[in-house]
Formats: sequence, C-alpha cells, structure tokens
Amino acid sequence: MATTVGVVVFPGTNCEMDAVTAVEGLGGSGRLLWHGDDDLSGVDAVVVPGGFAHGDYLRPGAIARFSPMMGAVARFAADGGPVVGICNGFQVLTEAGLLPGALQKNRGLKFLCQPATLRVETTASALTGRASVGDELSVPINHFEGNYTCDDETLARLRDEDRIVLRYVDNPNGSMDDIAAVCNEGRNVVGLMPHPERACDELLGSADGAILMASLLAAA
Amino acid sequence: MEFDVLVDVRLRGGISDPAGATIERALPALGYDGVSGVSVGKTVRFTMEAADEAEAAARAGDLCASFLTNPVIEDAEVTVRPADG
Repeated sequence: MATTVGVVVFPGTNCEMDAVTAVEGLGGSGRLLWHGDDDLSGVDAVVVPGGFAHGDYLRPGAIARFSPMMGAVARFAADGGPVVGICNGFQVLTEAGLLPGALQKNRGLKFLCQPATLRVETTASALTGRASVGDELSVPINHFEGNYTCDDETLARLRDEDRIVLRYVDNPNGSMDDIAAVCNEGRNVVGLMPHPERACDELLGSADGAILMASLLAAA
Repeated sequence: MEFDVLVDVRLRGGISDPAGATIERALPALGYDGVSGVSVGKTVRFTMEAADEAEAAARAGDLCASFLTNPVIEDAEVTVRPADG
C-alpha cells in the first residue's frame, strides 16, 4: 500500500494540489483533508500546505488553528505522526503551539517570491531523514511573513537540541539565525517557509525539494 | 451587564513593522518633518456580557492572550467600560 499523506485544506489554502502532486510523483498517495472534518484514519503523514488560510485575518494561522482538523493533527503529532507545515502551514503550526516561535513580516518591505538556497542542518527530522547534513538545496520561497523569530531562551534550546532543520545560505527575510525550518522536541513536526513541493521536478526549475518530500514519505 | 471592550494590539519592540516604516519614510515628502516612531497596529472592538467590570476585564484579557494577540510578536492594551445604555 502506498503511503498516504493527508493534506489539510482551509478556506484560502492554495498549495494543496502542489503537495498532492509532489507526493504522488514520489509514489505516495495524497488525500485532501477538509479543515472542518477531524478524521485522520488511514493517514500516515500530514502536510499543512501554503496559502492564506481564513484570509490570514487577524494573523496568519490565528484562526486556522481552531479548526477541528487541527485538533486531530495535534493528536496525530502527539502520537508521533509526521507533520510538515509549509509556508502558511508553518505559520499555522506555530500559532497552534506545535512549533515554537513566530513568523513576523520580512525584514525588507517586500513580499518575496524567488529561489532560496537552503542548507540541511540535521537529518534527524521528519523532513530530512533522506538528506545529508551540509546538502544545499534550491527551493522557492513565496511569502511576506517569513521572518522567523523567537525569544533568546527558545533559540538557545533550538540550537542545543539540534532542532534547526534548515538554514538559508543567503538570508532573504531577516530570519533569526538564518532559520528556514525548525522541528519540535519529538522531531516529527517540522515547519518551513520554503516550498519543497514546488521543487520536485526539473521542469519547475529545481527538483531539490524531492529529497525533503521523500524524507516525509519515509518517516510515515 | 454589557461592556464595551477595546483591544489595542501593537507589535513588540524589535518586531519588523513594514507598514509603520513605509509611512514614516513618506512623511517628509508630504512636508511632515520631525515625525518619528511610527508604528501600525490594529484595534479590535466588541461588546461582552459579564457580571461586573472586573470579570469583563479578566475574560477580555484571556481572549486577548489566547487568540487576539500572538505574545511572541505582539502586546496589547485592553480597555473595558460599561456599554452605553
């Protein structure tokens, strides 16, 4: 049986089919999960994809985290299930308290839509098990609120516990310590601002995201 | 009793505020020199049922901390007063 990756859809999500297509291109099976449902039966891994959940009203992710599906995702994560939040999905996971810190507006005044080079910092996460430390991957970013921030104590813990999963080689948005991705203590929940699902085929300019999506499938 | 609640949400010090920075940069061109420290936040207003003002303030404070603000990047000032008759 193919590994089934559930992809959460909120009103305003717009990257769900990119995620499903990437998963299916790697031999997995994608299943859309409506935010108002709470059934994760048969799902082996979860992607919270990008977009503008609930119009980003109040703050990105602030309203999405109250969806019934996010309660189910939190229970799935607590049981060790692999969960990856991409872009707006990362914002949702921080608002839900599944990951530390927050994403503030980019250091410059611009919405950024461009390739970014990412360095793999640890392979002990649901997103990087198939990669190698030091790998440099070209993966697009597409965000206005992607500037990762947290308090000093949290940053020290993230460093000490090897929970900074990816760093930008050339920091585009002001993120603290060049952070592009972090994971939780269990290492099964990962959030990242770049879009690996949009970099799974050379036709799209890069296939470097495939190793990250393949790692998620392998972690399931 | 009904109370009017006003929540003034501000970005914490050191948090990026592109809207405030853009407004501040535009001011000299409009002839407004000597204006600094521009910051853009948001206000949320609502009415709330509560037994008294203390309860309204406590519930509004909880709502603010759990939903209306993200304490990693935002602070808020909550003002509660009895609703107009």
